[in-house]
Amino acid sequence: MTENTPNAETPKKGVPTWVQVVIWIVLLSLLGLVGLGLRRAQQPVVAIGSPLQDFTLTLFKGYEYQGADSVKLSDLRGKVVVINVWASWCKPCEAEAPFLQEAWEYYEPSGQVVFLGVDYVDTEPEARASLEKFNITYPNGPDLGTRISQLLNRNMGVPETYMVDADGVLRYIKIGPFASTGEILTAINPLLP
Amino acid sequence: MKRPLWIILLTLLFTALTGSVALAQEPQPTPSDDAVNAIAKELFCPVCENTPLDVCPTEACKQWRALIRQQLAEGKTKDEIQRYFVVQYGARVLSEPPREGLNWLIYVVPPVLFVIGAGILFSVFRSWKKPLPEIAQPEADTPQPGGDDNYIKSLEAELRKRD
Repeated sequence: MTENTPNAETPKKGVPTWVQVVIWIVLLSLLGLVGLGLRRAQQPVVAIGSPLQDFTLTLFKGYEYQGADSVKLSDLRGKVVVINVWASWCKPCEAEAPFLQEAWEYYEPSGQVVFLGVDYVDTEPEARASLEKFNITYPNGPDLGTRISQLLNRNMGVPETYMVDADGVLRYIKIGPFASTGEILTAINPLLP
Repeated sequence: MKRPLWIILLTLLFTALTGSVALAQEPQPTPSDDAVNAIAKELFCPVCENTPLDVCPTEACKQWRALIRQQLAEGKTKDEIQRYFVVQYGARVLSEPPREGLNWLIYVVPPVLFVIGAGILFSVFRSWKKPLPEIAQPEADTPQPGGDDNYIKSLEAELRKRD
C-alpha cells in the first residue's frame, strides 16, 4: 500500500509564507481603501451642526469682498455666511438669482451677513455675463479646482446654498433653487447673532 | 480698338487681384472641430461624469469646447490647455489621472496583481504537469527497487493467466 501514498518526506514547494503575508496585507489594504471610498460616497454632504472646513474663494474682478480679491471663510467669523453654488449654464440658478440679490441688498447694510457666490464648473465670460444680467453685486468667484464644491457636496448639483452661523457652524442646506426672497430671509433670520 | 482692350485687361487684372485678396482674407475655420475634439476627448466635465467632453451635449460642455477653441486660437498647446483645465476644475477632469500621490495605485496595483496572478497560475500548471511518483518511469520488465515483490509477482501471474 505504500505505492498509493505520496512521499511524505518530499519538501513542499510553493509560495513562501512571507510572500503570502505580504499579498494578504496588500489585498486587505486595497479592500480597506475601497471601503473608505464607498463610505465617503454614501455621506456626500457636509453635516448640519458641524463646523464647516475652511476654504478660500478667489473672487472675480469687480466682485471683490471689501477690496480683497479673495476671501477666507474663517475670516468671516462673527457673521452669517451664505454660500451659494451656481453656474451660468444652470437654469434654476437664473430663477433664484433675483431673490438672492434682493436678500443681499436687505442684509448688506447691517454687515451681519455675507453672501458668497461660488461659480461651479463654469467659464468666466459666461459667468460674468450672468452676474451682469441679474445685477448681482455680492462677492463672487470661481470654484477653482472644484475644491469648495467637493468640500460641501461630493455629488454637487447646482444650485445649492449653505449657511454658516457666526461661529462657523453649518446650520442650513438648500439643495435646489429658492422659490422666493422670503424663503431666504426665513432661513437666515434665526442665524443672526 | 486698343483702348477697350486695355480696359478689359485692367479689369481682369483688378478682378483677379481683388479676388485673391478676398480669398486670402476669408476667415479660416481654425481651430477646426477636429483640433478641439482631439483635446476635448481627453477631458471629462464633472457635471456629466463618464461622458467625454467631445461628445457631451450639455451647455457646460459646449462652453468648455468653446474655451478650448479660444485657447487654441491664442496659440496654446495641448498641455497648456489641459493644465488650465486642471487648475480651474481639478484633476478629475482628466481622462488619465496624473501620476502623483494615491493615484499611483491605479498604475501600480493592476500590473502587480497581474504578475502575482500569472505566478500563481504558472505554479499551479507546473504542479499539474508533474508525473505521479508511483507511475514515474515505469519499466515493466525490471523489478522496482524497494517495491513489494510479492505483490508484483502475483499481479504478473494473474495477468499471465488472463492471456
